[in-house]
Amino acid sequence: MQTATYPTLDLAQIRADFPILDQLVNGRPLVYFDNAATTQKPRAVLDALAHYYEHDNANIHRGIHALAERATSAFEASRKAVQSFLNAREAEEIIFTYGTTDAINLVAKTYGRTFLGKGDEILISTMEHHSNIVPWQMLCEERGCVLKVIPINDEGELLLDEYEKLLTERTKIVSVVHVSNALGTINPVKYLIDKAHAVGAVVLIDGAQATTHIEIDVQALDCDFYVFSAHKLFGPTGMGVLYGKRALLETMPPWRGGGEMIKEVTFEKTTYNDIPYKFEAGTPNIADVIAVRNALEYVNTLGKDTIAAHEHELLTYATDALQTIDGLRIIGQAKEKVSVISFVLDGIHHEDTGVILDQQGIAVRTGHHCCQPLMRRLGIAGTTRASFSVYNTTDEIDRLVKGLQRVKTMMA
Amino acid sequence: MTINEKQDEIIEEFDLFDDQLDKTQYIIDLGKKLPPLPDYLHVDANLIPGCQSKVWLNSELKADTVHFEADAEPTAQISRGLVSLLIRVLSDQKPEDVANADLYFIDRIGLSNLVTSRRAGGMASMIQRMKSFANENAL
Ligand SMILES: Cc1ncc(COP(=O)(O)O)c(C=O)c1O
Repeated sequence: MQTATYPTLDLAQIRADFPILDQLVNGRPLVYFDNAATTQKPRAVLDALAHYYEHDNANIHRGIHALAERATSAFEASRKAVQSFLNAREAEEIIFTYGTTDAINLVAKTYGRTFLGKGDEILISTMEHHSNIVPWQMLCEERGCVLKVIPINDEGELLLDEYEKLLTERTKIVSVVHVSNALGTINPVKYLIDKAHAVGAVVLIDGAQATTHIEIDVQALDCDFYVFSAHKLFGPTGMGVLYGKRALLETMPPWRGGGEMIKEVTFEKTTYNDIPYKFEAGTPNIADVIAVRNALEYVNTLGKDTIAAHEHELLTYATDALQTIDGLRIIGQAKEKVSVISFVLDGIHHEDTGVILDQQGIAVRTGHHCCQPLMRRLGIAGTTRASFSVYNTTDEIDRLVKGLQRVKTMMA
Repeated sequence: MTINEKQDEIIEEFDLFDDQLDKTQYIIDLGKKLPPLPDYLHVDANLIPGCQSKVWLNSELKADTVHFEADAEPTAQISRGLVSLLIRVLSDQKPEDVANADLYFIDRIGLSNLVTSRRAGGMASMIQRMKSFANENAL
């Protein structure tokens, strides 16, 4: 297969790589601005999925036949691709999960249950997604630990002074989002990690929203766990990654039991496999794991810097354009932001905004974005969120602005 | 007018519009005309569960008919419009007619996506509540 190269960002070519973009919705060309919920998939990823089922499908790690061999080596090649994408030290530190949510639950259920007890503290932030809140609450209920929350300012930035005050020797886990899905805020994770390590806490970074926009180097960050979902990174749905430092993963007991995760099973006693297999019980989502590699290659071919530069241009353009709309207030004005804009329109329910934009072919997300505590802190019921990806254009932002003007005239 | 006559009347009104946006505009305009509930009916017992926007429904038996009044958050204008359509069709009808009503107008005017999916819980639970009140009071 030939991979295209993009000396500069060729938007027409990029859009052609994503077949789904070329369609009418409610009679108008689709504008897809719901990329923070999930990105669309390039042809290379779709082809990899079809190719796997057409040529290589077999169960992995067990078969001795040619197909099993091909499937296994493609699966493990994907692990290596993720390793290098995150700059992890070893491929064994990459565990395939079915998403960010699953990865956080894995850590809570294994590391959390083993090493946390009564009175131990878990520190998260006000801007966490429910998937980085609820697993810890469940752990607190089970083990009697205490959940503490780092507050934010009105711009949607963490209050670092407060963070430092909350860190004590009782803090065992700090679990913070790298980039906020609701506001776009980029958190200073390196700083958070260093401070947490100084009190002996381990740190999990929820990278669900970060991986498309930011270069990730888990060794430089020195985070203990880093988790993300492939579907927000041009990859398949229901597929994600837990990176963990080897030393930690080895001390953690397995979570799900079954095939693949064992060395030897007798009715008296079972010995467990080594990492990463210890945490990958059962037949995994082989095709989708394999296709993740194509998604990462796609990103690498475009170049993260090039993607980031384009997204930044869209963010700046959209921020300026939206601010010309009377009664529109941008929610989340952090200095460091990715291409996510949440906003409210004075006197107009976000649901109505979403419905009327959809009728004009524009897909946005409305509501609380799985961040109810954050919405409560900001004193709003929800927002309308436009999130941009590499294939979006300034013309589409113009359509959004016109679409919002239409919302306003209809509601007036 | 019977429930079905009212539904047919609404279908005719919406037939004037080809464009979904024009239909939505019409719903919004209906919402604007929906009179607000008096304060004493704005109580939690009247809140419809599952709506993203707050909707209140007050149900009463008046002579041999069921009488509904409803209200939604002032900013949620599409909800207000949908609420007003439901009131128009189902209020002041015999309980057994409400309980057995087949609300085909929702589909025919192209609103099923608004009523069933997004506002999901919402409008569906409002209809359910209207019907179960009617059911309790049916002969
Ligand atoms: C910041 C953040 N964390 C976690 C998640 C959950 O990801 P998934 O649903 O793929 O497990 C999301 C997805 O919306 C997210 O944006």
